[in-house]
Order: sequence, then C-alpha cells, then structure tokens
Amino acid sequence: MNDMTKIEKVAAMQDIKITASGVQVHYGDNHAIKDVSVNIQDKTVTAFIGPSGCGKSTFLRCLNRMNDTIDICRVSGEILLDGEDIYDKRVDPVQLRAKVGMVFQKPNPFPKSIYDNIAYGPRIHGLSRNKAELDDIVEKSLRRGAIWDEVKDRLHAPGTGLSGGQQQRLCIARAIATEPEVLLMDEPCSALDPIATAQVEELIDELRQSYCVVIVTHSMQQAARVSQKTAFFHLGNLVEYGDTDKIFTNPEDKRTESYITGRIG
Amino acid sequence: MSDANFPVGARAQSSLLALDARTKKRNAAEARFRAYGIGAIAIGLLFLMVLITSIFAKGMGAFQQTFITLNVELSEAKIDKSGTRDLEAIKKITTFGYNPLIDAALAQALTDAAIDNPFSKGKDLRKMLSSSAAADVRDFVIANPDRIGDTVEFHLLASSRVDGYLKGRVSRESLTRDKNLTPAHLDLVDAFYGAGVVSKGFNLPFITGADASESRPEQAGIGVSMLGSLYMMLVVLACALPVGVAASIYLEEFAPQNWFTDLIEVNIANLAAVPSIVFGILGLSVFIQFAHLPQSAPLVGGLVLTLMTLPTIIISTRASLKSVPPSIREAALGVGASKMQTVFHHVLPLAMPGILTGTIIGLAQALGETAPLLLIGMVGYVASNYPSGLVDGFMSPNSAMPAQIYEWAKRADPAYYERAWGGIIILLLFLMCMNIIAIILRRRFERRW
Ligand SMILES: Nc1ncnc2c1ncn2[C@@H]1O[C@H](COP(=O)(O)OP(=O)(O)OP(=O)(O)O)[C@@H](O)[C@H]1O
Ligand SMILES: [Mg+2]
Repeated sequence: MNDMTKIEKVAAMQDIKITASGVQVHYGDNHAIKDVSVNIQDKTVTAFIGPSGCGKSTFLRCLNRMNDTIDICRVSGEILLDGEDIYDKRVDPVQLRAKVGMVFQKPNPFPKSIYDNIAYGPRIHGLSRNKAELDDIVEKSLRRGAIWDEVKDRLHAPGTGLSGGQQQRLCIARAIATEPEVLLMDEPCSALDPIATAQVEELIDELRQSYCVVIVTHSMQQAARVSQKTAFFHLGNLVEYGDTDKIFTNPEDKRTESYITGRIG
Repeated sequence: MSDANFPVGARAQSSLLALDARTKKRNAAEARFRAYGIGAIAIGLLFLMVLITSIFAKGMGAFQQTFITLNVELSEAKIDKSGTRDLEAIKKITTFGYNPLIDAALAQALTDAAIDNPFSKGKDLRKMLSSSAAADVRDFVIANPDRIGDTVEFHLLASSRVDGYLKGRVSRESLTRDKNLTPAHLDLVDAFYGAGVVSKGFNLPFITGADASESRPEQAGIGVSMLGSLYMMLVVLACALPVGVAASIYLEEFAPQNWFTDLIEVNIANLAAVPSIVFGILGLSVFIQFAHLPQSAPLVGGLVLTLMTLPTIIISTRASLKSVPPSIREAALGVGASKMQTVFHHVLPLAMPGILTGTIIGLAQALGETAPLLLIGMVGYVASNYPSGLVDGFMSPNSAMPAQIYEWAKRADPAYYERAWGGIIILLLFLMCMNIIAIILRRRFERRW
C-alpha cells in the first residue's frame, strides 16, 4: 500500500465499497431511518454525526446486518457491498459479518485471555492452519491494534483485566484479526480518556490504508480529525453527505450548520 | 416549624456537631429497623437450632444397635446329617433348624457368665434375639459350608425390645403391656451387659441394609432405598439437565418473541408451582398405565421427578442466560460467529455456574420428594432387596429415602420412630453435600466480565 503514488491513492479513494439506496428501518412502529441513500468509499474514513437518537447506530448496524438480531427491527431498501445485495436471501449474515467487522461503543472483550480474544475470529473462520500461523495472526492484529507492546508479555492474562482504552484497542485488534474489508465503529472512543482517544484515532488513520472505515461519533473535532467524508443524520434522515472539510466549513443545509455550531443536538 | 417557609439562606446556621431533630428521628428509625432484622435472624437461627438438636437427639439412636455375641457351635448332626457338605442338602434346612443351635449357644453363654436361667423353654430365652438371628447363622453356613462342625463367634442382633431397653425406650413398666418380653428378660440383659455378651455397637447395617418386616425393626436399614434414590437421581440428571438446558437455550436465545413463546413461558412458571402429587398421578397414568413401564421402578420415579424438576432447571437456566451481558453476544456476532457458536462458545460458559446451581437445587428438591413416589408404588417396604445389577437397579421395584422414612414413621412399633429420624439425618446429610457441591461448582466456574 505504502509504495502507491499519490495519484493512485486518490484513485483508490474513489472506489465505492458500499452503496445504500432507499434504506428504511422500522422498530415496530418507530420509523428510525427514512429513505437513506449513500455511497461509502473504500480506503476512506466516513464519519456519521448527528444528534442522539437520530439513527446513526441503527444505520451502521444495517451495514453488517446486526439489526437482524433485534426481533422488532425491519429493514427495507437496498445495500450493496461490492455490488452484491447484502440483504439478498442467499446471503448468510454470518459470512457477511466476517467481511464487515464491528467495534462497539463499550469495550466488550470476551472474558477470556487476550490471546483467545484475538484468536477467536480466525479460529471460527478457519484462517489459520496451525498454531504458528495463529500466533502470527494474533501478533499482527495486536500490532495493528497498537497494543502489542503493552500486552505482549501477558497474552494469556484475561482481556477483561486491561484498562478501558486498552480493552477498546483489543476489540479493534479483534475486529481486524478476521481480515474484514469494512470496519464499522460505533462511538469507539466514548469510554476513553483523551490519550487513549488519540491512540485510537491514530490507529483509525492507519487502518484507512487498507480498510473502508465507518465511524459514528458525537465529537465534531473527532469527525474533523479522522474522517474524509461525513454524513449528517437528523431524525432518521440523511441530511447532508460530503467531504468532511466542506461539511465543517461550508455546510449546505441549515440543520447541519446549526448542529455543527451547537444549536441543535 | 415548617421547612417550606424558610427564608432563603436561613438554613446555614446549624452545627454539624449537634444532631437536629430530623436526623435523630431518621437514625432512630434506622436503628429500629436493624433491630427488627437482627430479631428476625435470631428467631430463624433459634428455630434452626431447635430443629437440628431435636433431629439429632431423636435420630442418633438409629446409628447404635445392640448386639449379642454368641459362640454358636455349627453342629454337624443338626445341619448336615449326611456329612457330605452338599449345599443342596444344607439349603433344605430352614431357619427353624438353626434355632436349637442358637438355644444351645445362649445356654452356654449363661453358664459361662454364671447366670441362672430363669426360663424353662429355649424359645423364651431366644426372644432376646432378633428373629433374624437364625437366618443370619444359616446364611453364614451356606456361605461357608466348610465351617460346619466349628464353633463360630456371631454378633447377632438383639431384639428391638432389648435394644430399646438399653436406649431407655423400654422399661419394666412398659413391658407389662407387651407380650414379647418379660421383666425377667431385662434382668438377664443387665447381667449379660455386665458380662459383655450384650453390647452396643455402631449400626452399619442401618446405613447399608434393606428394609425389614414390621416385626423386626432392629434389622431395618436404609441402604436399598438409598440406592433407589441414587438411580432416580441418575435418571433425573440424564433427562432433566439436557432437556432443560436445551429448552432454556432455545427459549432464551433463538425463539422469536410472540404469543406462543409467551404462553410457553407462563406455562413453565405455572408448572413450577404445581403440587408434586399431581406429577405423581400423571406419572401413574402415563408411564405405568399407558406406557406399561414397571411399577415401583426407579426409572419411572426418575421420569416423574424429571417432570417436576424441569421447570426449576429451565427457570434457573434462563435466569443465568439472561444475566450474561448482551455486549458479549454482540461481540461474538460482530466477529462473525453464528448464533450457535455465540451461545456455545461465550454465553453458555458464562451461564454455567448458574445452570449447575439450579440443576443441583432441582436435584436436591427431587431427592427429598415423597408424594409422587407413593402414587407410583415406590413405597418404603418395597426396598427389601438389593438390585442385582445396573438394569435391575433401574427396572426392579425399589423405594427412595424419603418414602422409606415415611414408611417407618407410619409403622406402629416405636422402634421404627428412631429409624425414621435416623433416615432423616442421612437424607439431610445428602442434601447438605449437594448444596456444598453446588457452592463449590459455582465458585470454581465463576468468572467476572
Ligand atoms: N433495539 C431497539 N428497539 C427499539 N427501538 C430502537 C432500538 N434501537 C434504537 N431504537 C430507536 O431507533 C432510533 C434511532 O436510534 P439509534 O440508536 O440508531 O440512535 P443514535 O443516533 O445511535 O443515537 P446515539 O447517538 O444516542 O447513540 C431511536 O428513536 C431509538 O429509540
Ligand atoms: Mg448510537
């Protein structure tokens, strides 16, 4: 990746990874997402911003069909991943989730060892043929998760014994261990202190090299710092979507402007 | 005074060192409440103490039994006239044929201890012994035919009246209304006790033995019904645990939320409250009358108790599944685990302590259950033979500990009263062991997240 020329990089950024069109989500009678259409680019960090309850998490969870686990949730419309409809009847959501990894708001490591936390995904997806390969994947993932140095001496200590920030980076490492193509992050820094947040942000910036990253955040500064594209949601509508720079400096919609300047939220 | 009329800022003038009226009142209420709590616990402990002391006071006697040590000459002339040691011929001699041997041994014991025989007939003297004594000697001879001709020392059971006399249950006055024994016998017992012929010892046969007929309380033991209970618990464990856990996992993790699963849920909760005797009559009509499984068999008892235990296991398993934080499920699903992998790799291990505790509590409940067993014929007196093997253990008639205790408590002979309490001690020991196991398992499997 690193030896790409700048032009190639820009070209790669234009690749569209996810195409959503006319997505509607209902929780029972609650219409949570109203006709959202958006193209999410590969090798880009896309930020979802908007006031609480506007449907950011809901839309994010549509992208890896996490909403399937909620009984009352109904999704309609079309979401294409590399041109394939992920809500097609033939698609197994389990297979989809191996491709579209997710990091949650609250760090949720398994109550197992650090090693097993990372190795779990590769194990169930059969990504390694033997112990040595698995060790390799674990080390690589932990390195990419920027946590290797802190845990390399205690790989068999419980993952729940780490600090909040370390746990969140462990969860990110766990998500990338299955080699997903898309990484969804729902407020990954909301439980972290500024230093851990900075580490995670740095990590997200690195991950952009190889993944399509979608991040939900409540922090305007964070969205401005890490993302190239920003989508602003309001009351279930996608109000505005475009380059982060443009959204933050020169929004088209009045609602976006009021939100960014702190008048609604 | 009314707080509401306080002008702004007027509150500031109170010292922290003096309690105001409101705080005093609150502290008093708190102290009173604590006193109620301590009082309630004290009453509870008192009842527990009374219960335990009375159980032990009444039941410990069952673990002691009076034995009469006799040197019985296994006279060849009486039990093997042909002298061929032919087992078939020896078996032809009934227990009556052994009575003269015992009479002779008793007479010998009298002579040895230099006591005058107050009775003219051997039969009267023999009343001191349990009527099982002759059978014990006969069993020994059949097992060891080569000892015929020798004089062998036997520890024979004393009759329950003699045993009761040594334990203070029977007195000379009470014997006036009793045709089994006379005060003269008691004099003899005193003399024999001094000479060491009559002695009290630990009553192992009570723990390992089988139930005996109503007239031989000294011989009755709880061992066979203990086995019956064990076989039933195996059936319960084998049926209730997998079915209960599978049902709970399905209901908790897979089933859609709709009126049908709601209905099932309500029904399970109701089943847990159904009186156990209802399960007994259900078992009688379904397993015995419809499915023609053998009556009084631990298999049937186990199935009935399974029905009874299932709701308990399902409820506790569901509760412990529910207590696993949803974030763990999301984490597993998020890395692409299937629903089943999520449940079996992550949720179930975390729920295990709760499931095990619930199961053991369910088993303990089943172990102490009596009413349904009475309906399917697992009454106490059935437990008079050891099962001959594993299959026999499940299929042949047996009883269970609580049914055996009930049977003993019901019998007229006061000697059985003591046995009933003794049985209760054993039952309680079992329950205590199960609870301790539950606690240990919970501690061992407990993990934090
Ligand atoms: N599991 C659910 N069941 C029912 N309604 C839900 C569920 N999850 C979300 N909703 C509803 O959907 C709407 C959007 O919720 P969502 O969680 O997507 O908001 P959000 O933008 O992520 O908010 P926040 O920033 O506070 O996380 C809300 O009105 C919420 O009440
Ligand atoms: Mg959210």
